[in-house]
Amino acid sequence: MDFYYGMAQLIGVHTLLGLSAYVVLLTGQVSMAQAGFFAIGAYLGGMLTVLAGLHIVPAMLLAAVASALVATVVGFPALRVKGLMLVVATLAFGEAVRIFWFNFDYQIAKGNIQVGPLGGEGFKQIRYFPENGWSTADVAIFIWAWVIAAMVALWWMDRSRVGSVLRAVGEDELAAQSVGINLTAVKVSAMGIGGFIAGLGGAIYAHYTTHIEHLNFGVVLATFAIAYPILGGLSSVIGVLLAVIFIQGFLVEVLRFMGDWRNLLFGALIVLAMNVRPDGLFDARATRALKRLLGGRDA
Amino acid sequence: MLELRNLSKHFGGVRAVEELSLTIGQGEIFGLIGPNGSGKSTTVNLICGVFPTTSGAVVFEGRDLTDAPSHRVVAAGIGRTFQNIRLFGDLTVWQNLWVAQNSVKERETGWLTRWLGGERRGRDYAEELLKFAGLSDRSGELARNLAFGEQRRLEMARALAARPKLLLLDEPAAGMNAEEIRQLATRIRALREHGMTILLVEHVMELVMGVTDRIAVLNFGQKIAEGEPAEIRQDPAVRTAYLGTADA
Repeated sequence: MDFYYGMAQLIGVHTLLGLSAYVVLLTGQVSMAQAGFFAIGAYLGGMLTVLAGLHIVPAMLLAAVASALVATVVGFPALRVKGLMLVVATLAFGEAVRIFWFNFDYQIAKGNIQVGPLGGEGFKQIRYFPENGWSTADVAIFIWAWVIAAMVALWWMDRSRVGSVLRAVGEDELAAQSVGINLTAVKVSAMGIGGFIAGLGGAIYAHYTTHIEHLNFGVVLATFAIAYPILGGLSSVIGVLLAVIFIQGFLVEVLRFMGDWRNLLFGALIVLAMNVRPDGLFDARATRALKRLLGGRDA
Repeated sequence: MLELRNLSKHFGGVRAVEELSLTIGQGEIFGLIGPNGSGKSTTVNLICGVFPTTSGAVVFEGRDLTDAPSHRVVAAGIGRTFQNIRLFGDLTVWQNLWVAQNSVKERETGWLTRWLGGERRGRDYAEELLKFAGLSDRSGELARNLAFGEQRRLEMARALAARPKLLLLDEPAAGMNAEEIRQLATRIRALREHGMTILLVEHVMELVMGVTDRIAVLNFGQKIAEGEPAEIRQDPAVRTAYLGTADA
């Protein structure tokens, strides 16, 4: 049973990561910085519970706010570059964050052991959940409460005018400006929201693995983050969830028996999925079908 | 209402617009014509803040809008359409208008009143615009699935959704057939009835001559003539520069 709870936790955290990239991608920005924001959330969240002794919820929120602020700051220079240049710039930022944590030491004595981030050795003993007697099931439920809250919030935003404005910017910046949209405000806000969600995801991640190190937050994670909304499609937040389940649940787990060959097939299957459903697993047609099914209006 | 003062734009060595001065009065339909590459679209883009001016000034209702960012130009009350249609293709017809209303609300009221009552008013206005553009039955359709003529009408409606006082139409008749042009002329006149001021950049002479009050003619970025349609038709400089081969 624990295996399934572990799976649910992983999928939940990666969904948050994917959602953070989704918001930014709506405005047409391909950001490879999401793993960096995720790392900031993870380290700060861990430090707030372990070193400052905060409750998990305020620790997560504070870590997410810090991530959002950093993301906003990154958002301004990112406005000046587009397309591949933005990919490279955000990738560089993500790596800079990773290197920062690689060099960052801040330990204090707690009982007879030293706790806190210790450079390349990572940040061990983030034991908030076990110390407070949370079971794996409790943690899984806790994570999913956040995931559902984030998905509902983004779903609602997507249906509101804000969603259309973000998409308008993603489609045609010149036209968006011509109808009075402030590009700077929209793109930087999207970065900020994305940073917040990534920070939340990171803070939870740090607590359920109990041990983080800089290598967790490298290019592979950044690639996953952006792959989820691309694979899932930009028509709805549901797509992100489906893509995470497809990659983390199906590709990673089901193909485990293949050993090292898995990674090869893994890439091939993503390419295949993109070819079969070019607009993502959950495209506009699927959204409409679902809306009809639920009896909602076709807005 | 709109005043261009010695407006210039150079792209490297190319003088796209050179020392252009124009005054457009309230409620006027002003035509801007000229051969291809004479600087008409550049002028529109300069007014809208798409790229910075080389020199000169854009003054709208007494306020200096030179090099103001696009969204501020829209907030000041200037709307535009594009020569090559630029709709949000993956949004529905309705959402295209909805997006354009975004800036209006911020100008009108605080967020609380916007929340409480603004939405409904915006919706009514958008429905009115759809009727005006003849797209009432297409509101749920994706913009990219519309026919060419419908897209042109939607783009005009979208520009109006931001409630401009001055509308810049950049070759709205391009690619239209005679019947569609006739309908366009009717729409332009209807807008004037509602007090809209319009700057019409156009190639199609029958439309420009038919609906405008005054016309300015550009050639190589410079204004070579200005006057009422009848005067322009007679102007020898214009005839050689532009109308010489066209049957005006």
